Amino acid sequence: MATPENKLAFDGGWEYDPAPESTDHIRLDKRYGLFIGGDFVAPEKSRYFDTVNPATEETLARVAQASETDVDKAVKAARKAYRGPWGRMKARERGKYIFRIARIMQERARELAAIESLDGGKPIRESRDVDVPLAAAHFFYYAGWADKLEYAFPGRRAKPLGVAGQVIPWNFPLLMAAWKLAPALACGNTAVLKPAETTPLTALKLAEIIRDAELPPGVVNIVTGAGETGAAVVGHADVDKVAFTGSTAVGRIIQKALAGTNKKYTLELGGKAANVIFADAAIDQAVEGIVNGIFFNQGHVCCAGSRLLVQESVADEVVQKLRDRMETLIVGDPLDKNTDIGAINSSMQLEKIESYLKIGREEGGTMFQNSCPLPERGYWCRPTIFTGVSQSNRVVQEEIFGPVLAIQTFRTFDEAVSKANNTPYGLSGGVWTDKGAKIFRMTQSVRAGVIWANTFNKFDPTSPFGGYKESGVGREGGLHGLDAYVKLGA
Amino acid sequence: MAARSNGKSRIAVAKTYKIYIGGKFPRTESGRYFTLENDRGEVIANICRSSRKDFRNAVVAARKAEGGWAKASAYLRGQIIYRIAEMLEGRSEQFVAELIQQGAARRQAEREVEASIDRLIYYAGWADKYQQVFSAVNPVQSSHFNFSVLEPMGVVSIIAPDDSGLIGLVSNVAPAIVGGNACVVLASETRPLCAVSFAEVLHASDVPPGVVNILTGLRAELTEQFASHMDVNAIAFCGGGRKLAATVQELAAENIKRVISRPRVKWLSDDAASPYLIRDTQEVKTTWHPIGT
Repeated sequence: MATPENKLAFDGGWEYDPAPESTDHIRLDKRYGLFIGGDFVAPEKSRYFDTVNPATEETLARVAQASETDVDKAVKAARKAYRGPWGRMKARERGKYIFRIARIMQERARELAAIESLDGGKPIRESRDVDVPLAAAHFFYYAGWADKLEYAFPGRRAKPLGVAGQVIPWNFPLLMAAWKLAPALACGNTAVLKPAETTPLTALKLAEIIRDAELPPGVVNIVTGAGETGAAVVGHADVDKVAFTGSTAVGRIIQKALAGTNKKYTLELGGKAANVIFADAAIDQAVEGIVNGIFFNQGHVCCAGSRLLVQESVADEVVQKLRDRMETLIVGDPLDKNTDIGAINSSMQLEKIESYLKIGREEGGTMFQNSCPLPERGYWCRPTIFTGVSQSNRVVQEEIFGPVLAIQTFRTFDEAVSKANNTPYGLSGGVWTDKGAKIFRMTQSVRAGVIWANTFNKFDPTSPFGGYKESGVGREGGLHGLDAYVKLGA
Repeated sequence: MAARSNGKSRIAVAKTYKIYIGGKFPRTESGRYFTLENDRGEVIANICRSSRKDFRNAVVAARKAEGGWAKASAYLRGQIIYRIAEMLEGRSEQFVAELIQQGAARRQAEREVEASIDRLIYYAGWADKYQQVFSAVNPVQSSHFNFSVLEPMGVVSIIAPDDSGLIGLVSNVAPAIVGGNACVVLASETRPLCAVSFAEVLHASDVPPGVVNILTGLRAELTEQFASHMDVNAIAFCGGGRKLAATVQELAAENIKRVISRPRVKWLSDDAASPYLIRDTQEVKTTWHPIGT
């Protein structure tokens, strides 16, 4: 929009007309049961909770709250399927079922994308172009591994673990379900998956797809609920493997809870990635990378580039260009194709982000937000940057999980490395420079599982993802992601 | 003392068994010791009863060493580990004698020392190969060159198996350091002699100071320190009961330490050596690089 603040409005004052994705093709039930043993069943205690559209605060559907007994039923169904048809099935046939899931997801992509944006608040452009296609691709990729596992583990025989208990977050609901289920099934396991309580709908749609794909009952079970349900899944004695994506605080609790059991586990936890801009970088591209790094999915991204380290000689230029670019960002209706930044996922998360905005200012940081209008209802946060912050500031150290960037400067290469690594996290990192040798030195020096050079926030089913240090244990995606779902025998 | 008389007129010179931290052989800072006896109840040696402060010092030394060791070329790491084997071979009689002192039959002791030397050779050969076996170039959809390689986790604490004096120690240390990690090892409590002598072998083998640090002491006293230290990236835990294993897991969670549990492994067996043990203390790093037009 052409405002005095928006220096990049080259359109001479044209307004964007709303371009909302239609939702008339979407089928949503008023109430959803639990997907156990191939069917939707009512929860034992008949408790349901609302799932809310964070952009309108309206209830989209009521969703069952699984109790410990319900989780037990789901695990029993998974065990039965593991001992029965799924365990006995030829790997090639198993793979074909997983291919089917991918194909049906592609067919229903538009519906899934719209529901993802409705339930979670992410811009339709992202759910349409990133979440849903990647989720389908993930199933397609792992489907092909099912009958080729002997090539993934030279000298060893890969055997399934049994029943996987999987707990996923609300930032990429369908994609995370795919990340968890696809490799688990490909390796011959069965699964009990718990989606996040604020974003259960696409997982329930996935349950429909799995039913339509005619997977044997019990191979995939989906139980909805909050933390207690998750704890029941993780803590169930007959679960052989736990996969969790979420905060480091909860990951730590889970790792402790699993102490003394023989359960295998993978944890994808928090992050506080440094995006490092050297003076010799292509600055305009780098600014795009910074925007994509921190404002993608409202910053609800564990690998978000939430710390910007910019070389001192170009710091003023980068920050000015970043502010100009931020002025062009549109915060608003997730279903509108013009929207850059959608709704914050929940009121709870908005409160958390706002508390950090306060902390950042109290710590002496200078806050800048763009000046775009916000819708009246719903949960919103303008894109935000902090300058004048130091390494010990909480907004530099702690994961905010919102569209909030902390900006620091550096002079030398070594200073950049030392600042980048000065965090208990180690999930991802970014480096921007025109020098190939510097890229490789930087990517080797940053202690993190995924490093983007002259790009950021790229994902692919073939590309392993996961953290060093307190950002987690294990990898998801690619050949290395298989490891989480097998035991290796001679 | 059994170790100190050989029945001849010359008085034998016995070795003081010390610990190994940062390439030096200090006594434990605690000044404490425990007595190792043979099965006839005769005193073999006074062994350092390392303290948590010794452990912290060792972690500092390991952290200082790991960066440089990780950057050393795979070829160099392989040669240094080969060199350890050479040094061990030259001193094998001493190790056999120590194992016998600690209760092994001669043939058994010889077998253990030979197996330990061969194990080092085995891992020396992996130094410049495991990366090729476990890395990947990933065919992503977008126009990027994307690859995943292994990198050492950093500092690994190792609770060596108690039931073997040498092969268990070697079988756990070698895969950690061949992959560029630095480690702090707690030696077998009941058979600690070879661990100290192995430190002397390491010292003579161009292993940079701090890459391997070896403590002797009581498992019950030190295991929790090994598991809980916030600047340790991974713990390899051998043997021990279920309860201790649970404690290790629980304490390790404080900094999301990687826990590698190796209970009931027959370390003498060839099957106990594999590149998968190297992989246990490696992280996978994925790098995305745009492909221009």
